[in-house]
Amino acid sequence: MTDEMKLIIEVVDLQKNFGDLKVLKGINEKIYKGEVVSIIGPSGGGKSTFLRCLNMLEIPDGGHVYFEGEELDANSTDLDQHRQKIGMVFQLFNVFPHLTVLDNITITPILEKKIPKEQAEKEAMELLETVGLSDKAKEYPRKLSGGQKQRLAIVRAMAMHPDVMLFDEPTSALDPEMVKGVLEVIQNLAESGMTCVIVTHEMGFARKISDRVLFIDDGIIAESGTPEELFDHPKNPRTQEFLSQVL
Amino acid sequence: MGPGIIEVFLQYWPLFLNGLIGTLKYAFIAVLFGSMLGIVVAIINMSKNKIVSTIGSIYVNVLRGTPLLVQMYIAYFFIPMAVPALSFLSKEQCVILSLILNSSAYVSEIFRSGINAVDKGQTEAARSLGMSASHTMQKIILPQAVKNILPALANEYIAMIKETSLAGTFMLYELMYTRTLLANKFLVWQPLFIIAGIYLVVTMVLSALVRAMEKRLSVSD
Ligand SMILES: Nc1ncnc2c1ncn2[C@@H]1O[C@H](COP(=O)(O)OP(=O)(O)O)[C@@H](O)[C@H]1O
Ligand SMILES: [Mg+2]
Repeated sequence: MTDEMKLIIEVVDLQKNFGDLKVLKGINEKIYKGEVVSIIGPSGGGKSTFLRCLNMLEIPDGGHVYFEGEELDANSTDLDQHRQKIGMVFQLFNVFPHLTVLDNITITPILEKKIPKEQAEKEAMELLETVGLSDKAKEYPRKLSGGQKQRLAIVRAMAMHPDVMLFDEPTSALDPEMVKGVLEVIQNLAESGMTCVIVTHEMGFARKISDRVLFIDDGIIAESGTPEELFDHPKNPRTQEFLSQVL
Repeated sequence: MGPGIIEVFLQYWPLFLNGLIGTLKYAFIAVLFGSMLGIVVAIINMSKNKIVSTIGSIYVNVLRGTPLLVQMYIAYFFIPMAVPALSFLSKEQCVILSLILNSSAYVSEIFRSGINAVDKGQTEAARSLGMSASHTMQKIILPQAVKNILPALANEYIAMIKETSLAGTFMLYELMYTRTLLANKFLVWQPLFIIAGIYLVVTMVLSALVRAMEKRLSVSD
């Protein structure tokens, strides 16, 4: 088997309810090393919930999530270790406002991986360089624009050396002129071989960078395929309807 | 009518000063130890275990839902009797204990709401990075909650300054007790206005300080 075929995430019959509301109704999916998978679909369809089940921010009500062959268990003490290998980027950035840009990046490697402070800071500076933020290292996040905060959030996750990165609508909260810079950073990551799962409404971006696209609607993966298959020749009427509205 | 307010104040100001010192001291002890106890109560209250958190909320509701004066009477008369282990406490200490317990209930709510007011996304970001629950609390949530907690704690101290006036009922020497001392000298009405004036000045000055502190803390937003 080639390296390309190494399984990173496997989801088996995943179900999640919020009270009486069935949000995920049995999702099966395999994500391989180096893949870039985009998730599209109507609002409220369960995209975020699916993504958040992949690192147990939401605890599934049924089914299984395997990360690198091991089942994730919300009550297991190993969960923190697994989460270190699963980076996540949120719609609203969630940078730490009481810490400098540099400390935002170094705090978790220092606390949880016992990386010496100097080494962590050197690495953080290199990461900041890659997203054009090295001159902001000593600033607090309130001095950053939305786009800069999101780039900070991305390198903060990268500092943990994850094996996969999850993005939940990373540009939806940004002013239009900030979107491009953030998408470029994600594209660079994807092209460097990072495994990425991206919930997005940027259809052009999804088509450009994805190996596969999943259409999640009403709690199931209603259709999946290559960008060409999904965007140019959608089979499911629901996909056709959704695309006709957003394209 | 007797002498005027100013004459009484000029003649007896050391009595009032000592009373004020007593008031500030008792309020400080109540909030300081109330805070230590309050942290524990807040943790109990936020427990995921329903039985544990129910016990916490009963504690808070009883102490906040009954008058402090009633609590003081109960502490004064019944703590030494009902809890033999605490019978070494003097009557004065029993009253102080009731101030501490009462304050702990209010402070625990200050801690709880201060922590809950921190955006949930902060916890999610930290946990998604693989940060442990305890590090997330210590390094991410509490430092941000402090901004909500400190002004509220200072306001609790100001409220306690007024509440301690009840302790004079039990012969604790605080500001209100000067009324009793001077009533023995047939000075009945003047001390009341002097005492009211002192409370007013002290709480207004402290409130202004709290507002200044809030302003400084909010700069980091
Ligand atoms: N924490 C929650 N509590 C209750 N309902 C929720 C919660 N999170 C999401 N939902 C509901 O679950 C459904 C799917 O939400 P979500 O996964 O956010 O969809 P999407 O990301 O596709 O827009 C929606 O109806 C939403 O209101
Ligand atoms: Mg969503």
